[in-house]
Amino acid sequence: MATLSIVGAARAMRDGTLTASTLLRSVLQKASETEAQVHAYLNIDRTGAEEAAAQADADFADGIDRGPLQGIPVAIKDNMVTRGLETTAASQILAGYVPPYDATVVTRLREAGAVLVGKTNLDEFAMGSSTENSAYGTSYNPWDITRVPGGSSGGSAAAVSVGSALVGLGSDTGGSIRQPASLCGVVGMKPTYGTVSRYGLIAFASSLDQIGPLTKTVEDSALTLSVLWGHDPLDATSFRGDYPDPTAGLGRGVDGLRIGVVRELQGEGYEPDVESSVAQMVDKLSEAGAEVVEQSLPSFDIALSAYYLIAPAEASANLARFDGIRYGHRAPGDTTESMMSRSRAEGFGPEVTRRILLGTYALSAGYYDAFYGQAQRVRSAIRADFARAYADVDVLVSPTSPTVAFEAGARTQDPLAMYLSDICTIPCNLSGDPAISVPLGLDRNGLPIGFQVMAPALGEPIMYQVAAVVEQLAGFDASPELAMVAS
Amino acid sequence: MTWEPVIGIEVHVELATDSKMFCGCAVSFGAEPNTNVCPTCLGLPGALPVPNSAALDAIIAIGLALNCTVSPKSVFHRKNYFYADLPKNYQISQFDVPVCVDGYLDIPTDYGSHRVGIERAHMEEDTGKSTHLGGGGRIDSAQSTLLDFNRSGVPLVEVVSRPEIHSAAQARAYAQGLREIVAELGVSDARLEEGSLRFDANISIRQVGDEVLGTKVEIKNMNSFRSLELAVAYEIDRQIQQVESGGVVIQETRHWDEEAAVTISMRTKEGSSDYRYFAEPDLTPMEMSEQWINRVRETLPELPDARRARYEEAGVEPVLAAVLSSAEPPIRHLFDAAVAVGATPRAAANWLTGEVTAWSRRTETDLDDLNLSGSTLTKLLSLVESNTVSPSAAKEVLDGVLRGEGDPLVVAEARDLLQISDAGPIESAIDETIAANPDAFESLKAGEEKVLGFLVGQVMRATSGKADPKLVNELLRSRAGI
Amino acid sequence: MPVEIDIAHVAKLARLDLSPDEMEGYRSQLSVILDHAARVQSLEGEPEPDVTHPLGMVNAFRADEIKSSLDRDEVLAASPESRDGYFVVPPALES
Repeated sequence: MATLSIVGAARAMRDGTLTASTLLRSVLQKASETEAQVHAYLNIDRTGAEEAAAQADADFADGIDRGPLQGIPVAIKDNMVTRGLETTAASQILAGYVPPYDATVVTRLREAGAVLVGKTNLDEFAMGSSTENSAYGTSYNPWDITRVPGGSSGGSAAAVSVGSALVGLGSDTGGSIRQPASLCGVVGMKPTYGTVSRYGLIAFASSLDQIGPLTKTVEDSALTLSVLWGHDPLDATSFRGDYPDPTAGLGRGVDGLRIGVVRELQGEGYEPDVESSVAQMVDKLSEAGAEVVEQSLPSFDIALSAYYLIAPAEASANLARFDGIRYGHRAPGDTTESMMSRSRAEGFGPEVTRRILLGTYALSAGYYDAFYGQAQRVRSAIRADFARAYADVDVLVSPTSPTVAFEAGARTQDPLAMYLSDICTIPCNLSGDPAISVPLGLDRNGLPIGFQVMAPALGEPIMYQVAAVVEQLAGFDASPELAMVAS
Repeated sequence: MTWEPVIGIEVHVELATDSKMFCGCAVSFGAEPNTNVCPTCLGLPGALPVPNSAALDAIIAIGLALNCTVSPKSVFHRKNYFYADLPKNYQISQFDVPVCVDGYLDIPTDYGSHRVGIERAHMEEDTGKSTHLGGGGRIDSAQSTLLDFNRSGVPLVEVVSRPEIHSAAQARAYAQGLREIVAELGVSDARLEEGSLRFDANISIRQVGDEVLGTKVEIKNMNSFRSLELAVAYEIDRQIQQVESGGVVIQETRHWDEEAAVTISMRTKEGSSDYRYFAEPDLTPMEMSEQWINRVRETLPELPDARRARYEEAGVEPVLAAVLSSAEPPIRHLFDAAVAVGATPRAAANWLTGEVTAWSRRTETDLDDLNLSGSTLTKLLSLVESNTVSPSAAKEVLDGVLRGEGDPLVVAEARDLLQISDAGPIESAIDETIAANPDAFESLKAGEEKVLGFLVGQVMRATSGKADPKLVNELLRSRAGI
Repeated sequence: MPVEIDIAHVAKLARLDLSPDEMEGYRSQLSVILDHAARVQSLEGEPEPDVTHPLGMVNAFRADEIKSSLDRDEVLAASPESRDGYFVVPPALES
């Protein structure tokens, strides 16, 4: 049951062949079988989840239908605040922090009757591509527990992969939903910037962060997005306008669509199995009736550089509030300043410290123009390149990640190598456009490969339309086989 | 050597909106600590700001009142610095594209009106409040600090003048002028004692005729017009003495110590003011359309400058027009009401800023509670103009009216204050006066006109002020044969 | 261009109390990263720096309405130190 899709579970619950409580039990059972090896969760809220499942069942019994997520077990990345439930963003500086309010996405999920299973692991403050930067221990890839699940939403990706949740929420600043989805063999999607409220998402880089779903299937992704998105008056960057129906293009095929293959996202640094898998899918799309052309977006070559200035710069300000005064870790100190500086040095892990220093430097007097200012110009150039490309094609495609899941520890001593994990995903964060990763299959070592479909702003329907075809053509339906451990 | 002080002033105006700048917490002075706080103004993880449209209306109003250009586009920036009472450790403020730019404020000086340029007015949020415990509340000897975030996020407008103020008195006049405007607009409580206006001054000196500005010193912590004036005067003297004794002025921030009446260096560490401004990514750009600006413009009350001009046009002399235009609203409203029903503007202004205001002070009556309408005042003025009562008797009539004794004519009759225009009773009063002052009368006959006023006054006294002074004058002249 | 980093100054601006060894480690890592990041300077042309919303959103405001505030006890419970309704911190300056 825990391997059910949302669509399958929703149908069964409405048929009366499955209850939300039974489904939750099976999901919790899966968690207890896999957590010791995978460590997807930081915190499972068994009591809260059981109550929510019981409520969903009562609602079903009363004929109350709150939509596709009613009774569905959902895992929440632990950088989204949950009222009364510890939220740490996997940082020591927030150890024991219990928020007094719910993030808007959490409110929306609760109102949709979803069952919140617990909070999933991540790289501290979502900074990383492996979950190894968590202050509470790394998560592991269900396909090979010596490898990383990707990150920063590695916990949610792993949970969906093993079935300890049917949906995981992630946040994506430079690829933090799509890259772990790719490495864990699930579907991960970053919506158009401004369509899913960031209220209650512990900010990493405000102009890039978006919350999105990790799911088993493309249809599940579209259904979850339809619940998550919509205008939120509490987020000033929230889109006010007409939201399209994400499912509108499902089942329409790709006949007559123009698909652009990004020239800059291939070649050196890309694993052969990744490249061949992606190339085969492109051929299949062509066979399915799409017109495939190559597109060059030259600014992509410096997108990573721009990202590693803009994101840390914003982060340096966003993380300034963690000062040991109103919440979180406090170190002793004779003055406010020494208390703050020690609390922060003790509370932040090395990657977060590194990025705060990097961002502070990039904004500081004398360096701003050469670094931060110039990075914003690159951002303009990237948007211009996308605009040119989308004038010619409907969607762009590429690998999601240049490599499959890497060994734990392999990149922890080399920040730049770790940063290169996000080279394919970063451009859509800088442009604000939607993108999705769909699993293609496994490489020669049995590790998942992901395929990225990018679309223009608010192009979610066509993005899902193509993604659904990719999913169907890939025919990937394997699940990771974990060696069972006694629980 | 003649030194010229060059002063620029930054005024922080706390707006009197119902809710805060970026969240729905109440703006209220004097509430229990940390009761008007929410995730946003406490800087809790995940919280986001959403700007208050009323605060934007208010800054546009201030900008228009200060003759500024309202920028068609404007953005918020983050100003990054760590301070215990700044919850996010950055302040949402504005940097290179403020809402208002390039205005001016005319201030009265001993030499006439002086125009002070306004560089900009921008929107930002206030900080919380620190209370330093131990060491008598002084920051440098405190044992610990208590933090209250009720004020955190209250909307502030910072108005930055150009360095076009040249004396302590001008500094004060500028600050008072600004206070008058924000009070008039109703956008701020404008209560200095509650910190709704706060002043910082940048002061330098240079030799008269120099083009280059001297090294500037920033002075903080002036909480009243008086302390602003004293602090600026003190700092100008300090800098002159420093330079004249062979020293140099160091660029620094100094704190005004109200008790000691001196400015004190604040020991700020070097390099601590790199604010790393960048565009606030949690907020969208703002576009101030013509419609928006016009909508605000239509709600603007008449401002002191325009009002003064209007009074002058109506025939009130400039000094009196200035006094009237900064008078309390009830006085101004009475003026408008009286003039509307035909009162002579000059006389109405005189009576209202003079006797009416004095009477309310004397009797400790609130101006809002005065028993006086525009038409009643007009009736009183016409009694004077028609010589029905004399100007001095009219003050008595006014007292009666304000005490609720009835219409001016009723009071004048009841209090026996109607002017005597019959020659008979006046002639007998003249007889008495001449008898009592024979020398003076002889002088008058000899052509010494200067005693005429004295004798008229004596006759008026003898008639308890009721005689028509003009008639007294004529009769005395004819008696003396001049 | 060789990237110069006054790491002690940056750490102070960021309020991070780091040991000399830690600072040296971060300095050398930052210089590698910034060397790579400096590639942004190879951008051709001079487009305007982009700070606009991807969907062109402007003027997101709220009406001036009071919403209920948080419960003070709940707020202060999360704080490392509080007293009489206030948050408490060490003094601003050394006494």
